[in-house]
Amino acid sequence: MAITEEPLALTSGETFAERPLGVLTRPQPKGTWRDWLSSVDHKKIGIMYGVAAMFFFLVGGAEALLIRTQLAFPDQGFLSAEVYNQIFTMHGVTMIFLFVMPLAAAFANYLIPLQIGARDVAFPRLNALSFWVWLSGAIFLNTSWIVGGGGADCGWFCYAPNSGVTFSPTNGVDFYAIGLLIAGIASLVSAVNLIVTVLNMRAPGMTLFRMPVLTWMLLVTQFLLAFALPVITVALFLLIFDRLFDSQFFDPAAGADPLLWQHLFWIFGHPEVYIIILPSFGIISEVIPAFSRKPIFGYTFMVFSGIAIGFMGWGVWAHHMFVSGIGPISVAAFSLATMFIAVPTGVKILNWLATMWGGQLRFTTAMLFAVGTVAMFTIGGLSGVTHSLAPADTQQTDTYYIVAHFHYVIFGGGVLGLFAGIYFWWPKVFGHFLNEKRGRLHFWSMLVGFNLTFGPMHVLGLQGMSRRIDTYSAGFGFEFWNLVSTIGSYLLGLSVLYFLYNVWRSKKEAVNLPAPGPDPWDARSLEWSVPSPTPEHNFDVIPVIESQDDWWFRKYSIEDDGSVVRVASVEEAAQKGDATGVHLPSPSFWPLVLAVGLPLIGYGLIFNLWLCVIGGLLTGGAMYAWALEPVDDPDAGHGHDDHGHDDHGDDDHGDDGHGDDDDPVAVAADSEGEA
Amino acid sequence: MTSMTAEAAAVSHDHDPHATNTGISNTKLAMWLFLSTECLLFGGLISTYLLYKTRGNGQVLPTDIFDIMFTSVSSFVLLASSLTMVLALSAAVRGDMHRTRVWLMVTALLGAVFIGGQVYEFTSFYYEGLGYTTNPAASAFYTLTGFHGIHVSLGLLMLMSLFVAAGQGKLTAKNHETIEIVGLYWHFVDVVWIFIFTVIYLIPAE
Repeated sequence: MAITEEPLALTSGETFAERPLGVLTRPQPKGTWRDWLSSVDHKKIGIMYGVAAMFFFLVGGAEALLIRTQLAFPDQGFLSAEVYNQIFTMHGVTMIFLFVMPLAAAFANYLIPLQIGARDVAFPRLNALSFWVWLSGAIFLNTSWIVGGGGADCGWFCYAPNSGVTFSPTNGVDFYAIGLLIAGIASLVSAVNLIVTVLNMRAPGMTLFRMPVLTWMLLVTQFLLAFALPVITVALFLLIFDRLFDSQFFDPAAGADPLLWQHLFWIFGHPEVYIIILPSFGIISEVIPAFSRKPIFGYTFMVFSGIAIGFMGWGVWAHHMFVSGIGPISVAAFSLATMFIAVPTGVKILNWLATMWGGQLRFTTAMLFAVGTVAMFTIGGLSGVTHSLAPADTQQTDTYYIVAHFHYVIFGGGVLGLFAGIYFWWPKVFGHFLNEKRGRLHFWSMLVGFNLTFGPMHVLGLQGMSRRIDTYSAGFGFEFWNLVSTIGSYLLGLSVLYFLYNVWRSKKEAVNLPAPGPDPWDARSLEWSVPSPTPEHNFDVIPVIESQDDWWFRKYSIEDDGSVVRVASVEEAAQKGDATGVHLPSPSFWPLVLAVGLPLIGYGLIFNLWLCVIGGLLTGGAMYAWALEPVDDPDAGHGHDDHGHDDHGDDDHGDDGHGDDDDPVAVAADSEGEA
Repeated sequence: MTSMTAEAAAVSHDHDPHATNTGISNTKLAMWLFLSTECLLFGGLISTYLLYKTRGNGQVLPTDIFDIMFTSVSSFVLLASSLTMVLALSAAVRGDMHRTRVWLMVTALLGAVFIGGQVYEFTSFYYEGLGYTTNPAASAFYTLTGFHGIHVSLGLLMLMSLFVAAGQGKLTAKNHETIEIVGLYWHFVDVVWIFIFTVIYLIPAE
């Protein structure tokens, strides 16, 4: 990848001052793969999130193909019922927690600092910690296939009492609960970090209502994460205590109420839907204006409807529970709230259409994916409104109609949007384009495959085919559409492989092609004002922002008669990326060490408590080492080109972001280092 | 910050590398955000307890056996530690690091007394037949108060770390904000206890 090959000129030449605590020094970039393990650069962390997410996309995709293979024909025994349960559970968990969320995190990490004009996030080491903790949780979760006696088999929602030891005696659910707790720590740390970044580190003049819509949507997403994750944390703790320590939270025989799990889960689970979809909404809100050559239509409406979704997302969770016996008043209230939440979503769809209306449309691959997102999400949104009618939902619930709905929302709305972002920002991140011709074939094969896979599920659901059954009998009229769906899923799988081929080939061909330059799409936000790939230090000079779409107005001005006149070429307006001596936060290995300890604690809880001791010592020791390692600020007090935001990078020691891991010495050492 | 002109903002950035858009330091803002997420954590645990507090499954309930006098005293001790925490910060702001250390230690000791009281309470409950697995009410009670106890214990760890750092001269008056941030956490833990105490001990079970 291009960024690895960049010499780390800005920091590698520095020598580090000796510190009293000489045993703990910050590692130096060496230009090898080891830099990635210790990197605190938001761009590298973003790339690592993206690569790991794509890996788990393949894992989750393979699981999906196993499901579809089993269901291609009636009465098949390709997978046993037990294995089938595990596969569809792990498919859901993998796709949500290990693919869509981290891929959105990749965009958040890479783009938020660039879009607000900062040199890094508020707490660079915590950022690295988020990634490594998430990865350790993801690996932990999947090791249940090997050491846990199989994956979790309770569905991604893992309803009690099915999740109890009685009904799920293998360790799969333990891995599910602990794995998601670990991944939750990562997301919580990341959410706090990115919220502080957006609120505190915007460039001069970058007011909140000058921020790009993507940054806004990612900010709303982080708030949703910050407040939804503690609730699932409680639920997962109760579950794990039930399973490991015989507590009585979900055992109806002891007088407990299994509905407690459903409420806790969906109070998290519904905001989670918006956590998945809002980053994609943000991405296409950047892509559509760029390829319509128009500013986003109704910027303020776009932002406020995103915020409205963020708030209303908390008031609709029980629409997942219409048949759980929650009573007519609850059903009526949540039914109404669910209808209302369609309003801000509709506002967004109309605003994207209005942005395109009368624009000079360029259907690049990114634009195709963006338009595809709008169309497919609209279908998913409309079928969602049909669920909001509780009597209709009573018929639809637990059928394939629901499966069709949420795949149109999550894949059609979420994943297609993320692919739009991948094609759009690829040249910025890697310094070369993804081939457009192959990209278009990728788009069309994916769109057709997607619709072939999930479109028929509407029919199957209305015909009454249940979700989560491992097979079905011949003669109910399910055969044809199931076969169509399976064929579609293979096409979808091929389109993903073709995307990876495009990545590989485009990289190979790039040497013979002209470089894309800073702003290949003639776009509007700040990340396009710096060279591609983005220099290590982001901005030579922190820009001073004078308007919304500031970068656009450095290239163009609008005359009195409304015509647009170019005032500067990209080369004139863009930064050169050649600043030297910009102080950047030093790398650190401690986030990685800390993250390695957590799955050890997890294995320890399940298998042998001594492992907990080792994991605890590793994690606790890493926290203190983190706190005590020097800030390494060799330029302190002299030689700064720019006393800009990068200095805040040194503030990352206060790691108060997550769980119960607050460490005051961290803050103390931090201040000492800066003294 | 919207009222600030771009130029003024630029100037302030040039002269104060620690200026933030909100005027609140990154670490302090992060702590506030973290504490706001903690509200949801305790909210979930308190709701669980409220749902289960009368579900005894024919066994003894926490509300049958608690000693409201004893816990009132230990709660008072915990709340008093918020005062000493403020005194520690105030001493640090004045530059009196000796007093800071004294008050940090007093705060930690008061917190330790509270934790000691909780250990005693759990032990006596256990001998009165209320184990962790006895019934849903017991599980919810121990989980809620236990989570709070763990938060207090981590607070103790932070206070002792500050105490040591101040003793080594690494924590000086200049970075009194560190003490303030730990104090935020400590006060939060105390405030949460007011809610928990009210919910468990003061609101009568029907």
